Amino acid sequence: MREVAVIGVGMNKWGELWEKSLRDVFTEAAILALDDAGVDKIDSLIVGCMSSGVFVGQEHLSSLLADYLGQVPVPAARVESACASGGLALRTGWIEVASGLSDVVLVGGVEKMTDVNGHEATYALGTAADQEYECYHGITFPGLYALIARAHMEKYGTTREQLAMVAVKNHANGSLNPLAQYPFKVSVEAVLSSVMVADPLRILDCSPITDGAAALILCQVELAKKLKKPIVKITASGMATDTIALSARREITWIESTYQAAKRAYAMAAKKAEDIDVIEVHDCFTIAEICVMEALGLVEKGKGGKAVEDGLTSLRGKIPVNTSGGLKAKGHPVGATGVAQAIEIVKQLREEAGPRQVKGAKVGLTQNMGGSGGSSIVHIFERG
Amino acid sequence: MEGIIGYGASIPRNRIKVEEIAKVWGADAPSYRKGLMVEEKSVPSPDQDTITMSVEASKNALKRAGIDPSEIGAVYIGSESHPYAVKPSGTVLAEAIGATPEVHTADFEFACKAGTEGMFVAFGLVKAGLIKYGLGVGADTSQGAPGDALEYTAAAGAAAYLFGREKVVAEVLETYSYTTDTPDFWRREYQYYPQHGGRFTGDPAYFKHITGAAKGILGKAGMKPADFQYVIFHQPNGKFPLRVGEILGFAKKQIEPGWLVNKLGNTYSGSSPLGLTATLDISKPGDIVLIVSYGSGAGSDAFILKVTDRINEVRDLAPKTRELLDKNRNYLEYGMYAKFRHKIRMAE
Amino acid sequence: MPTPSRYWREIPQRYRLEAGKCKNCGFIAFPPRLVCPRCQSRVFETIVLADVGKIVTYTIIRVPPKPFSDQAPYAVGIIELDDGVRLTGQIVDFAFEELKVGQRVKIEFRKVYEEGEAGVIYYGYKFVPA
Repeated sequence: MREVAVIGVGMNKWGELWEKSLRDVFTEAAILALDDAGVDKIDSLIVGCMSSGVFVGQEHLSSLLADYLGQVPVPAARVESACASGGLALRTGWIEVASGLSDVVLVGGVEKMTDVNGHEATYALGTAADQEYECYHGITFPGLYALIARAHMEKYGTTREQLAMVAVKNHANGSLNPLAQYPFKVSVEAVLSSVMVADPLRILDCSPITDGAAALILCQVELAKKLKKPIVKITASGMATDTIALSARREITWIESTYQAAKRAYAMAAKKAEDIDVIEVHDCFTIAEICVMEALGLVEKGKGGKAVEDGLTSLRGKIPVNTSGGLKAKGHPVGATGVAQAIEIVKQLREEAGPRQVKGAKVGLTQNMGGSGGSSIVHIFERG
Repeated sequence: MEGIIGYGASIPRNRIKVEEIAKVWGADAPSYRKGLMVEEKSVPSPDQDTITMSVEASKNALKRAGIDPSEIGAVYIGSESHPYAVKPSGTVLAEAIGATPEVHTADFEFACKAGTEGMFVAFGLVKAGLIKYGLGVGADTSQGAPGDALEYTAAAGAAAYLFGREKVVAEVLETYSYTTDTPDFWRREYQYYPQHGGRFTGDPAYFKHITGAAKGILGKAGMKPADFQYVIFHQPNGKFPLRVGEILGFAKKQIEPGWLVNKLGNTYSGSSPLGLTATLDISKPGDIVLIVSYGSGAGSDAFILKVTDRINEVRDLAPKTRELLDKNRNYLEYGMYAKFRHKIRMAE
Repeated sequence: MPTPSRYWREIPQRYRLEAGKCKNCGFIAFPPRLVCPRCQSRVFETIVLADVGKIVTYTIIRVPPKPFSDQAPYAVGIIELDDGVRLTGQIVDFAFEELKVGQRVKIEFRKVYEEGEAGVIYYGYKFVPA
C-alpha cells in the first residue's frame, strides 16, 4: 500500500443556499479543492451523497458531477453510507490511491436538502434507519438519539446541562469559522429553553438541515512532495458496521461501530487515543458527541458528559473536539460532513485554522457515523 | 350442544362527559343527563377503530375459549363504522388472530344490530355442522353529528363471541329475528353523519322491534320473563332498555348487570353484545339469559342462552367488561374529542 | 409510506409477531431473516413473540415525520419483551408523566397511520399499560 497525502481542500460557506442547485454546490467546492492543490486533471472522482434521489430526484451523480466538473471521461463513483457517506468517499478515494490504481483522486461530499419541506427532509433522513421496523412506527432521527440520551442519562447520570454544553462548545468554535452555517455563540440557558423536538432533546441539541459541499484532492505522497505542498498524510482508515436498528444493538448507550472502526484505525496508524491532538466527531445530536468520545477511548465509558463539563474537549482543552463547530454549528449537509471533517483536520495540521488553531497539532482524527450508529468510519491524519 | 365457547370485550379508555358536550353547544346538560340517563361516553383514540377493537375483543374471547385459531371457520365483524367502504374489516381480524387462510369472512352491516347478525350467522354455521368454530364480533366507533342529540351517546366499543360444539360456556337454546323496513335512522353513501326521525325512532322503531323479537322468542321457547336471571336489550340511551324491560315484564335487577350505557354511551353494534359480556362476567352456572339487539332500518335479533359450569373456569381468563369500563379512564375536553373523532382535521 | 405490497409482506410480523428462531443457537430474529447474526446458521423455525415486556428507553416525538403529522406528540420507545427480544414501537394509553424506564407494558393491535383520506390503513403493534 502506498502512502496517501491530502494536497488540496475546498469548501464553500454552508447554509440554506437557495440560489444553488446540487450540481452548483458540488462543483464550487470541487474547483476550490483543485485550485488549492494546483492540479487540473484527476484520475478518479468519488462523491459521497446520502439521498440526492429523495431530496432532488437525482441519481447517477457519478456522471452528473464528472460532467459538470469538466472531467469526463474520468471514472467516478457515488458512495453511500447514510450520514457517513462523506467518510466513505474519503475511504474509497484513499483505497484507490493506496492500492496504486489512481494517482490523483478528487474526493467530495454534497447534500442539497432545502428543496423539500421539513416533513420530507425528515422522511429522507429516516431512510438511514430501519424503514419497516423503526420508521414505520413514527420514529425520527432526533427520536432515535433521544432514546440513546435517556438511556445514557438513566445509566450514567449524564445531565441535560452536560448535553447542552456540547452545543455551547461547538457554537463557540463555530463562531470562529467563517464557513459555518451558524457562526454564533449560544448559552446553556438558550439550549435548555429551546423548543423540544423529542424528549429530552431540544432543537439546539440537533444539527440543522443544510446545503453544502466539501472536496479534497488525494494523491500519493511522492507526487505531493514533487508539488511542494505541505504534506498531510492519511495514515489510517477504519470502518465498521453494526445492526441497523437501535433496538438490536447490544448496548443502546455504546456506539460499537465507532469503537470497532477506531480500533482498526488506531492499529493501522500504530496510535492510541492519547496520541491524538485534535478530533472532528459526528455530533449530529449533542448526545452523539458524548457517546463517540467514549467509543473513541478519549474517556471511560459513561464519563463523556462529565468530561465535556470539565472542558476536556474545548478549544483550549486537553483534546479539542470539533474545532470547526461540529455538525451543530457548521451545519450537516449529510454527504458532505465526512469530507468537511477531514478538511478541518487538514487545516489544523497545516496550521491554517486561524483563531481555531490548536497549537502544535501533529496528529488528527475524524469520526463519521451513519444513522444511529449503524456504520462508523474513522481516519487518522498526520503531518508528514 | 352448541353455543358460546369464548367471549371478550374491548373498550377504549377515553371518556367525554355530557356536560362537556353541552357546554360547547349551549345545551342544558342536566336535562340531557336526565333525559338520556347517560353521564359520559367512550371515545376511541385516533389509533383505534372498529378493526383494532375487534382484534382485542377477539383475543380476549380466544383466551377464554382456549382453541386453536386456525380452526375458526368463519370470522364476521358487524359494524356501521367499518374503516373501509370497500375492503373487508374481517380479513384484517382473521389475519391478526391466525384464522387465515381456511376461513369464511364477511362484513355485516345493519345499524346497531350488525354485531348480533355476525353472531347469528357464526352460530348458525356451527349448528349446521359446516364449521367447527365461528367468530361473530360487534364493534363500532360511531359518529354523532356535532350539536345533535346523538352526539351525547355515540360511543365506541367491541364484543366478540366464539361459537362451537365443545366446552360450551353458554348454550344457545333459541334464536329469533324480527325485521321490517322502517326508516328511523339512516346514513346515505358519502354522508359523514347519519340522520334520524327524532321521536319516530321510539315506538315504531326501537320498541316495536324489541318487543316483537322478545315476544317472538319467548313464544317460540315457551318461556316467560320470570324464567330468566338476566336480560340485555340494545342500549341507545339509559331510558329505552329500562322502559322496554318494564313493558315486557322484566325486573330492573334482571337488566342492571348488562346496563352499561350510563357510563359507556351507545356502542352501536357493540351495545347489546357488550351488555352480554358484562352479564356473562357475573353469571353463574344454570343462569338463563335473554339478549335482544336492535338495529335501525329496522330489526332485532334475539338469543336465549343457558350458562354452563364452564363459566367459572373461563370468566377470569380475560379482562372483565366492568374492569375495562372503570380502569385507566382519560377524560377529554371537547377540542381533543373533536380531534380524536376527526371532526376537525389538520390541514394538509 | 409503504406501498401495499411492502405493507402486506410484513403482516405476519405486524399482526401476529411471528419471528424466526435459529435452530442452531436459539437466537430470535425479529423480523425473520435468512442468516443468523450470531452463528451464521441458515435454519430457522417460526415462533411467536411474547406479548408483554418492559420499557428500555423512550422519547416523545414532538416534530413528527409526514405520515404522523397529525399525531404529535406521541411516545415511542424500545421495549424488551419477556422473551428477550427488543422492539421499537409507539407507547400509548399513558399520560406522558407516567412513562418510565422499566415500566411494564403489553402489546395491543392498533392503527399506526393511514395514507390520507383515500389510501391504505396501516395496522401494527403498539405498547399499552400491562
